[in-house]
Amino acid sequence: MLFQLAWRSLRNRPVTSLLTVAAVALSITLLLGVEQARRGMRESFTGTIKGTDLVVGARGGTLQLLLGAVFGIGSPTGSVPYAVYEQWSRHPAIRWTVPLAIGDSHRGYRVIGTTAGLFEHWRYRSAGRLTFAQGRVIEGADDMVLGSEVAARLGYRVGTDVTVGHGLNAVAGLGDHEAHPFTVVGVLDQTFTPLDRALFVTLDGIEAMHEEGEVHAASGTAASPSSMPGAGTPPPMPGADAPPIMPGAEPAPVIRGADAPPVMPGAEPAAVMPGTDAPPVMSGAQAAPPGTRNIFEDEPKALSAFLVGTRTRYETLQLQREINRYKPEPMTAVIPGVTLGELWRTLGTVEGGLRLVGALTIVVGLIGMLVALYSSLESRRREMAVLRAVGARPSMIVSLLVLESGLLTLLGCVLGVALTMGGFAIAQGMIEANTGVHIAVQAPGSLEWIYIGVVLAAGVLVGLVPAWRAYRSSLADGLSPRL
Amino acid sequence: MTHAGAADAAIDIRNLQFSYGDGPDVLDIAALTVQRGARVFLHGPSGCGKTTLLGILAGVLPATTGQVRVLDRDLVTMRSAQRDAFRAEHVGYVFQQFNLIPYLSAYDNIALPCRLDARRHARLGTTSLDTAIRDVASQLDITTLLGQRSTELSVGQQQRVAAARALLAAPELVICDEPTSSLDPDRRDAFLALLAQSVAHANATLLFVSHDAALGERFDVQLSLPQLNRAARTAEAA
Repeated sequence: MLFQLAWRSLRNRPVTSLLTVAAVALSITLLLGVEQARRGMRESFTGTIKGTDLVVGARGGTLQLLLGAVFGIGSPTGSVPYAVYEQWSRHPAIRWTVPLAIGDSHRGYRVIGTTAGLFEHWRYRSAGRLTFAQGRVIEGADDMVLGSEVAARLGYRVGTDVTVGHGLNAVAGLGDHEAHPFTVVGVLDQTFTPLDRALFVTLDGIEAMHEEGEVHAASGTAASPSSMPGAGTPPPMPGADAPPIMPGAEPAPVIRGADAPPVMPGAEPAAVMPGTDAPPVMSGAQAAPPGTRNIFEDEPKALSAFLVGTRTRYETLQLQREINRYKPEPMTAVIPGVTLGELWRTLGTVEGGLRLVGALTIVVGLIGMLVALYSSLESRRREMAVLRAVGARPSMIVSLLVLESGLLTLLGCVLGVALTMGGFAIAQGMIEANTGVHIAVQAPGSLEWIYIGVVLAAGVLVGLVPAWRAYRSSLADGLSPRL
Repeated sequence: MTHAGAADAAIDIRNLQFSYGDGPDVLDIAALTVQRGARVFLHGPSGCGKTTLLGILAGVLPATTGQVRVLDRDLVTMRSAQRDAFRAEHVGYVFQQFNLIPYLSAYDNIALPCRLDARRHARLGTTSLDTAIRDVASQLDITTLLGQRSTELSVGQQQRVAAARALLAAPELVICDEPTSSLDPDRRDAFLALLAQSVAHANATLLFVSHDAALGERFDVQLSLPQLNRAARTAEAA
């Protein structure tokens, strides 16, 4: 009965009640949203790189190395000579290594030069292995495997030919290595990790692409018609290629450098084969568009980083120390979990601040409710007297008001949870597209339930303030409120 | 002092003195008796302690001296929760105006006493609450108004709904505090007739308070509060 009275009383003041509920709901949304984002981000990051014990790259910031090499955020710290990598991969403590050559892109997606070992050793979430939606792993220099999002967005599938651009932010058609198109041989299943937004080729493929680019550029300059393929794979025919990448149809000329004349891809006789006979040409200034850095032009046989799996935790620490102290080549080895921990500690201050803002918003929301309930009391004195006259004890008046504030808070919490989850469901795609972080929509965790419980309790406590005043005035007024 | 006839008295007040806090006495009544089943008119112009007396009789204000027996229970010795329960079960109350909870329908307003108090509900016996409401509504000629929100009703209609609520489940004592003062003469007469009828039907004792002495003729007994209340007389003298 009291519940019904409280409910109808609130409905009798729809605007105030709705605004109060909205204020509470929005503050709950903020508080839960911060928490959800925090948890989602941590789970997303931590879940991306399981099973890898060390990430090794050129000497530099640990966070930059990890973010650049694994999460596709920013660029890696520098390059590690391939010889150094090979040397270290024979270290007895090492169970496996996976090289990563990052520096090229295709339509805004990263192209990663690696080995088939990546697909074998990479683990994500709860030790999930990478699985293929189509096709197989990369083997030859022309092979390419696509992350699920790349395949879905660009409409590529096994058999599609793909050209790769210089630099990480290359515009399609501008500086494409059109001379060495890759053929998609496999598409990965969705992992909700940065792998979904990457294209994978072999190190040979990367090398071939760059060497050909150089030879190709040189041939353009020298206008040498004799640089025809000798043996091995047939030359890709750019003009005859299937969409969506049609180098022959590209309207923009490929800019190779200030000293080289524009080359019309469609007009080229044919692509040049990667030759073991053809020496790599060092011409970084010639090939890279201004502002983009391409490690392969400087050092053809270089990696951005490599992933390491060790046998034991102890060996991981030993190895990390060894690599960090390695004199001939300055390198940095990071344990992903530790470095992420550093990231969380750095972000902790920000999170704490956001949480404080959330808590303060809750306080503001509840004060709003207090004001609404309190200011309604004056006009409700008559109502209280009537309730008293029909037999309501003063405690009933208290209960009624506490019930009203409790109901408002409860509705606010329910709406807030719905808003948070709905908001993340809607924003998920946008967040992922912009930051590469996949935030799973989750039911509130225990911490969030504690928050909600505290807010509900606070809502009820807030109701005690007007209830106390109503109690006092109903005692003083009796049956005849002084209006 | 012997209390002749106190056993069948609905209200029996002896030596009641009441003041708010440390202030002067507002009420000082040597004796006031209302017989069960009587329809009593209590004349009380404003400022004579009328509101205070009704508050005490309804058990909302605590009397601490003398004796206030209502339906053979002494309110002076009861705790406030007991008085609240007592009022809920045995007393119907009609205010001068604004009797209704604005966000409830006429029907739900009438139902309130029974819904808030199980013992008042139990008075209905085998009759269902719905039947009882429709019954009392038909006595007061408001059957067609039951579904309406109380804010949509005219003042006269509101007073009849309030009377129906006070009479629901036939309480022994019905107290009306100036219930007709906001009504025009025609409506007032109609209301009084319906009230008298319904009170008789419910077999209740009626204590009707008004500043309008002219209404007194319609009642069995007429009392004058200024005469009964010594505190009011001294206040006037001073």
